[in-house]
Amino acid sequence: MDLASQLLQYLFAGITAGSIYAIIALGFTVVYNCTEVINFAQGEFVMLGAMVAAWSIITLHLPLPIAFLLAVAVTSVVGIGLGCVVIPPLKRASVVTLIIITIGGSILFRGLAMLILGQDALPMPQFSEGSVMVANAVIMPQSLWILGVGLACVVLLRLFYDKTMVGRAMRATACSKEGALTVGININRMVVISFALAGAIGAVAGVIVAPISLASFDMGTMLGLKGFCAAIFGGLGNFGGGILAGLMLGIIESFGAGYISSQYKDAIAFVLLLGILFFRPQGVLSGRKRE
Amino acid sequence: MKRALIVLGAAALLAVAWTSAYGAETYKIGAIFSITGANAPLGVPEKDTVEMIVEQINKTGGINGHKLEAIVMDDAGDETKANLAAKKLIESDKVCAIVGPSLTGTSLAVAAGAQAARIPLISCAAGAVIVTPTKPYVFKTAQSDIHAVAKVLDYLKAHDLTRVAFLNVTNAFGKSGKDQMQKQSPRAGIRVIAWDEFGDKDTNMTAQLTRIRGKNPQAVVCWGTNPGPALVARDMKALKMKTPLIMSHGIANKKFIELAGDAADGVIFPAGRLIVVNEIARNEPQRKALLGYAAAFKKKYGRDPDTFGGHAWDAVMLVVRAMRKVGDDPAKIRDEVEKTRLVGISGVFAFSPTDHNGLGKDAFVMVQIKNGKWKMLT
Repeated sequence: MDLASQLLQYLFAGITAGSIYAIIALGFTVVYNCTEVINFAQGEFVMLGAMVAAWSIITLHLPLPIAFLLAVAVTSVVGIGLGCVVIPPLKRASVVTLIIITIGGSILFRGLAMLILGQDALPMPQFSEGSVMVANAVIMPQSLWILGVGLACVVLLRLFYDKTMVGRAMRATACSKEGALTVGININRMVVISFALAGAIGAVAGVIVAPISLASFDMGTMLGLKGFCAAIFGGLGNFGGGILAGLMLGIIESFGAGYISSQYKDAIAFVLLLGILFFRPQGVLSGRKRE
Repeated sequence: MKRALIVLGAAALLAVAWTSAYGAETYKIGAIFSITGANAPLGVPEKDTVEMIVEQINKTGGINGHKLEAIVMDDAGDETKANLAAKKLIESDKVCAIVGPSLTGTSLAVAAGAQAARIPLISCAAGAVIVTPTKPYVFKTAQSDIHAVAKVLDYLKAHDLTRVAFLNVTNAFGKSGKDQMQKQSPRAGIRVIAWDEFGDKDTNMTAQLTRIRGKNPQAVVCWGTNPGPALVARDMKALKMKTPLIMSHGIANKKFIELAGDAADGVIFPAGRLIVVNEIARNEPQRKALLGYAAAFKKKYGRDPDTFGGHAWDAVMLVVRAMRKVGDDPAKIRDEVEKTRLVGISGVFAFSPTDHNGLGKDAFVMVQIKNGKWKMLT
């Protein structure tokens, strides 16, 4: 197998993983923009989406599209729940307190998933069969689904923020809370909606990655942290930056595992995160300064 | 009158406390298994087997009239939890022997403590390193990875697959297998042209497999416990790699087939005879024990037993047999186990002061997965 096909293979694997990180970064961005809170339960939203979908296919024998919708619905409800918990302390408490609340949420969700859905890994069927070959490198069918669904997510989110009343109200809240209050926007409702949206986005990521990675109650930790890494890398609050950063992270990770060392694959994301937090906390891809 | 009642009450309390502190009636053994977490497929059948045996024994009069009690603890695959469980069993429950843990890593964590406290530990894990060098109070019943690797190398040589790639999980089990492969492959005439590893929680092995594919091996040997190897099988299928895939005895359970789906087809691995019990020849010494265990387990739990439960069966039976002869003194149990010959589920055991595993490579047969079922290769 020649160098070109090997390079292409690493690239495809990297884009696949990167798309997942990008979608997760979107989830962080949605909540951060509205509330300035970093929702560390985002990884668990991904896990819940994957687990609910896999479990309902295996145990309830639901067809894939229904399982997908069920997973998104359940996780959105969980997101709403977390949003409601965050609201009362939102006005008075410090950002750190709120972040700790989300961490508590993530631990709770992980524990509940383990108790209710079990501690075993659950398999999920691929969405379709038949891979594509490009110059001796294989593109797995699920990778194409991940790219497609990810793209649809981004487009839908853009439409939501631009064209719908609720979306524009959320943008207003992100710009200025006082201004939004003045024009009569219900801030609390915006907060809840942002968490619900983050839940839905996380669930989508979970359902499309589960056929490759299997669903397990502890899959959220790593994915959440890497998505967070992408969100920071791209500039917290910057949608386009987060997406680009997620893709880049996936590709760097893949090439690193292939050419440097497969053992330290996870370390790559964290070394990057540490570097960014030290040297350029406003993110590499955003132009703004940030406290 | 009142004072007399108080004195009587105190005396009664003292009497009860005295007899329960004495504890002479019930024989207590401890068990530490990975009942939750990623290794639950190992710990759950082990726990079920122990409880089944204890129930059976107590129904038929106990051990020489003594009731048998097994205190089962969960270490969730975590070494710290295993250590804490062992401490509790030894110091607080005062067990006379411990069965388990399920994994090489947790067994190593607990072995030193059990040895220091002079409580026999009979591990159900595979790593040869658990009993090498031999510690007087530490034994194991699972077949050793020394023999698993030897069996795999025999297979590779017999089928002329001399240029192979080796892929392992970076946990104690995987590293021990890699260690054995490094030691044994030169003598067996097998050349390993690629050594790769993947993490316990990794979800995608495409990078490692792409590199392996580039080196063009005749076979891929993958050493790990679920779910990693299942993902390796799936990724290999997705990458359209037709190379023969040979794995370790760590995948000798239904969970692997469930996780890998179609990709499990064609995978070959060494395993104890339990999973192909219906194909065992009539004159095989293990046949009776195997069929008996399979029938009893199926009757109680409604599902087939698996290899890991078998390791627990062997461990508990060793302790029970010793106790029937010498009672519940830990030192005497240890001495008795060291002399035992047992026709068990994992193999035919012959323990000795220098061999605390008691098995050889003939405890294994080579099995292939065909259409989601296990077929013995002859």
